Amino acid sequence: MSDTQSIAAAALRRTALYNTHLAHKARMVDFGGWEMPVQYSGLIDEHMAVRTGVGIFDVSHMGDIQLRGPNSLAAVQKLLMNDATKLQVGQAHYSAMLYPNGTFVDDVVLHKLSENDYLIVINAGTRHKDVQWVRQTLSGMGGLHITDVSDYYTQIAIQGPKAMATLQKVTPVDLTPIKNYWFTWGQVCGLHNVLIARTGYTGEDGFEIYVPSDEAVGARVWAEVLSAGEEFGILPCGLGARNTLRLESAMALYGHEISESINVWEANLGRYCKLDKGADFLGREALLQVQQNGGPIKRLVGLEMVERGIGRDGYPVLNLQGEPIGTITSGSPAPFLKKNIALAYVPMAFAEPGTEVGVEIRGQKIKAVVVPTPFYKRTKGVTAPAVLG
Amino acid sequence: MSYPENYRYAKSHEWMLLEGGAATVGITDYAQDSLGDIVFVELPKVGQEFEAGATFGSVESVKAVSDLYTPIGGTVTAVNSALNDTPETINKAANETWIIRLAAKGSPAEGLLSAAEYQKFVAEESGH
Repeated sequence: MSDTQSIAAAALRRTALYNTHLAHKARMVDFGGWEMPVQYSGLIDEHMAVRTGVGIFDVSHMGDIQLRGPNSLAAVQKLLMNDATKLQVGQAHYSAMLYPNGTFVDDVVLHKLSENDYLIVINAGTRHKDVQWVRQTLSGMGGLHITDVSDYYTQIAIQGPKAMATLQKVTPVDLTPIKNYWFTWGQVCGLHNVLIARTGYTGEDGFEIYVPSDEAVGARVWAEVLSAGEEFGILPCGLGARNTLRLESAMALYGHEISESINVWEANLGRYCKLDKGADFLGREALLQVQQNGGPIKRLVGLEMVERGIGRDGYPVLNLQGEPIGTITSGSPAPFLKKNIALAYVPMAFAEPGTEVGVEIRGQKIKAVVVPTPFYKRTKGVTAPAVLG
Repeated sequence: MSYPENYRYAKSHEWMLLEGGAATVGITDYAQDSLGDIVFVELPKVGQEFEAGATFGSVESVKAVSDLYTPIGGTVTAVNSALNDTPETINKAANETWIIRLAAKGSPAEGLLSAAEYQKFVAEESGH
């Protein structure tokens, strides 16, 4: 191992639940600068637990930026593409920070904690960049207090059709009235004022809770939720299952479906982008321009493999003549659907469901077809935000 | 994890059982454990010829794809086509689940390891 590798390895950050993961025999990997569990008992079992019962995830690597002060609404309206005036206290929505050219700094979930108080949940790998971006973008604005509160919380996701039944056993708060993408505060595992949000990244019903980030508290909450979920077959789930779950639900992952070289229209996230919200947000002008010039030339679509083979990240998408027309951004076997699926960018002419294409897999052209997304949609309740409608 | 004494092991994590001129090839217990849930095995055709150390197929888990290298050259005499439907057999019993059989030709690839040597090799690779 070279010196630079040693330094890089030493610089990996760990969440407060690191020792808990080791105790559960997790396999740890580098994810966005964090040493995180990729799987515990097995990716497919973990994936199925979330689709049919309940799973628990450590998502403490996610970042959090708090914006407070009389100008905080103006700040989020300038910074983010969705319309924050539509949020009530206790409500959250999917949104994104854009560069002036309409491409992605990051996708986020914005929570309205109270009047003049917002919490932006950001991705792990982009934490540093995002915080810099927020400070830089809003530097000229007074009446605003920006705090990086990423390290204040251990963030735990409890996901699956039995998530509510599980969490309900460790909280006196009635969880039933909390609607999808709403949140409240209350006692969880004896801790007061815990943020309890009905959010997630699995396409399943579920909650994310934010508890203080010391190791003892995190380990205790994790253990209590696990034992509460035992009767429902709860499993600790790693980033491997988190990825296949979000892919089945066609939810974007930064660095794959969205990045600094993909714009909102291409990513098909237009329904979270409010050009007419009455505030000039970063990226708006460029996106308006693209729209006036006839729209994007490529778009994110869902693919299903028709022939045997698994299209994976970075594999070329081919037309029927075998010429490259696009690229897969995320591809994997779908454990619940038992199909091989992918998200890919293709020219608009190939974006209609039913269009036959090929995927180049190790030099061979394997047949695939464009399909509607999400690939998986849960039957009960309201669905979480998905990349494609 | 176990590594039968009568197998020889490649650093690319295949095992080989050589009996007379017949070679049987699979992947090691360490390989299946590292890959996780195996969902797809790409097999060669019977009659295909390979040089020692050549790629003869691939094995895919949910999250990764890994090429398969033959530890010895020769002609494929049989492929384990049951793996088309039940690739997860490899996770359950890597040592007992063969992938291809070859009529061996020439000497094995250089650097094949004994069970003890392979065990030491993977201990170093996995960092404990």
